[in-house]
Amino acid sequence: MLSRRTKAIAALAGAASFALIATGCAAGDDTASDDGGPIELTVATFNNFGYTDELLQEYMDEHPNVTIVHNVAAESGDARANYFQKLGKGGLADVEAVEIDWFAEAMQYSDLLAEAPDSVKGRWLDWKEAAATDADGRLIGFGTDIGPQGICYRADLFESAGLPSDRESVAELFDGDWEHFLDVADQYREATGKPMIDSANSVLQGIVNQIEYTYTEPDGTVIATENPEIADAYELVTERAIPNSAYSGQWSDDWFASMANGEFATMLCPGWMLGVISGSAADVSGWDVADVFPNGGGNWGGSYLTVPADGENVEAALELADWLTSPETQMKAFANAGTFPSQVEALEGEELAGATNEYFNDAPTGEILSSRAEAVSVAPYKDADYFKYHDALQNAVNRVFDGSEDATSSWNTWVAEVEAF
Amino acid sequence: MTSTQTRPPAPAAPPHHAEPAARPVRVLGFRQHLSRWDLKFSPYLYISPFFIMFAVVGLFPIGYTAVISLMDWDLVRNSGEFIGLDQYVWILQNPQFWTALRNTFSIFLLSSVPQLIAAIFIAAMLDRNIRAKTFWRMSVLVPFVMAPVAVALIFSNMFGDVHGLVNGILTDLGLPAVPWHKDPFWSHVAIATMVNFRWTGYNTLILLAAMQAIPRDYYEAATVDGAGAFRQFLSITLPSLKATLIFVIITSTIGGLQIFDEPRMFDNTGEGGPAQQWLTITLFLYNIGWGEWNFGRAAALAWILFLIILVIGLINLAVTRALVRDEGARSPKAKKQKGVRA
Repeated sequence: MLSRRTKAIAALAGAASFALIATGCAAGDDTASDDGGPIELTVATFNNFGYTDELLQEYMDEHPNVTIVHNVAAESGDARANYFQKLGKGGLADVEAVEIDWFAEAMQYSDLLAEAPDSVKGRWLDWKEAAATDADGRLIGFGTDIGPQGICYRADLFESAGLPSDRESVAELFDGDWEHFLDVADQYREATGKPMIDSANSVLQGIVNQIEYTYTEPDGTVIATENPEIADAYELVTERAIPNSAYSGQWSDDWFASMANGEFATMLCPGWMLGVISGSAADVSGWDVADVFPNGGGNWGGSYLTVPADGENVEAALELADWLTSPETQMKAFANAGTFPSQVEALEGEELAGATNEYFNDAPTGEILSSRAEAVSVAPYKDADYFKYHDALQNAVNRVFDGSEDATSSWNTWVAEVEAF
Repeated sequence: MTSTQTRPPAPAAPPHHAEPAARPVRVLGFRQHLSRWDLKFSPYLYISPFFIMFAVVGLFPIGYTAVISLMDWDLVRNSGEFIGLDQYVWILQNPQFWTALRNTFSIFLLSSVPQLIAAIFIAAMLDRNIRAKTFWRMSVLVPFVMAPVAVALIFSNMFGDVHGLVNGILTDLGLPAVPWHKDPFWSHVAIATMVNFRWTGYNTLILLAAMQAIPRDYYEAATVDGAGAFRQFLSITLPSLKATLIFVIITSTIGGLQIFDEPRMFDNTGEGGPAQQWLTITLFLYNIGWGEWNFGRAAALAWILFLIILVIGLINLAVTRALVRDEGARSPKAKKQKGVRA
């Protein structure tokens, strides 16, 4: 017993002295990155950014004094909780990934984040960069990917429903507004007796991401419940999308299980969704993706890298974030995980134009998603409260889908909730 | 170390034997002082770690929470603006709070009542002469060892509305599928099942221990008088378990009011359902605190929950006192006999 304890103390003492040495070194190299002693940089991401060990090793080979430790959270919600618990208090990674849904919340604390160097300005699509620039003109986020959406569909199910099934004809079939999209869904349901769309809330998401001012305006006015565009979207979704949808929302156990057995035939598809489908339904053949989206283009999701200003190696971390979001590195990440680049140079590059996806019947995904990105005409204004309002509206749709409330009373419940916020 | 060095002089010269001789001097050396202080203060010193820890990790946060609950708090900047009791008013006016309160008590009743009945039944079975006693007794505790989140994940999958195992079996039998994630009552049943799975075995063992302490003479006498097994259970076993049952009920009340893991893991959003079907108070607190980052409101809700538990604790205490006194007055013989048997 005693000897075991002594050993433990010895081990602790050893660890402590190592820690002392490590912090000593780190403290000495605040600014130096290319010259000077070894630096350890931590990178925190979530889901799959496409940052493989091989990719990070490339950077370490170029910068022999840098060691990168990559921490991956299971989902963006976990990363969000961690981010706001530690922001401004220390303990965050040197480079932290932030998802677009809660990026506005992070922008409230832009003074706690390090400013990107002038050299990277102009690297990204205008709206992507503008969203990461605060009121003082400081750019604090390095854009990674964006989520231009096409329509994923099951060619085999379309065929048996008597609908066209090749990519070009499907693009023509869906060409039109949301009413038209739902007309096709009605047609599919009449032919097969099954819903065409995976979830009612994905339709809501698709429509809302095409509205510039959804729930609030830049001056802080809450327009959520009076906005006619939102009322129309809600009416369309509850009246016409719900009967044509297999599920109410995405990401439930049931929804994941359903992807493998053909309960529905279409999904609204940002680039990163391709990986979700092929990952959840690896044995299913027949998925394809068409270069079309109801009512023009739409963007769903995408992320940024940020550098907390109180880190130990801010300069070196900025340099790493710069490299990770460079057009060349982003193309490698796209090949690894389908994260569609937000960098202008990568979007215009030949490599992207030639990219195909074997699972989706060898669809030219690079070409399709580029064309979808060009079709995006609206950058929705999302402030720090966006998530709260949208989440509550999604629940209103869920209630109608579940039959807990009818469309009118569910809307009234939402209005009451919004007024209570 | 200090106390062992200073202790020996004290027993060598016990104060009231040495006093008459020492009276004219009455000057205490530093060592004597030390040993006096040792006697006076050591006990407090020895128990102080608990109270210091409690003050640091218990009392201080409770007080700090009260301060935050009166403010509009910014978690990241660690600062707030004093706004009085607005947060409490907001909580009490919010219909979601009352739904959460209803759900909490509903899940508590749906879990505690069947759980207690099952635990008593299983304990009564294990109390009989069966083969491989230890094996059976250990097996009932196995679910308790599993992590609550793991239990919740597995059960939530089983209770899937469309692809879940339970509904699969029901539809195979020709029965209608149960809307586990839609109807408040059925969602409570599903969550209560997870709680019961984990806690029934634990309560069984406690009740079993209490049953083993019941003198066997009672049963022999009852058998001689011609009482059957069921009558013996009703008239001997149950009344003797009263004190233990009260303990079990109090612990499950406290646990039931704080239920969090199971409803949080019941669907992918963890928000308690679109119509707050399975939103419990602690889950509501979490949504406000860690979903909306509104720590002022979360702190106010924490205090309201604290007061609710306090009130229920007082009711429990009153009921317990009445029952225990009652038992003491009615069966003084039982205690005597217990003593004889031991």
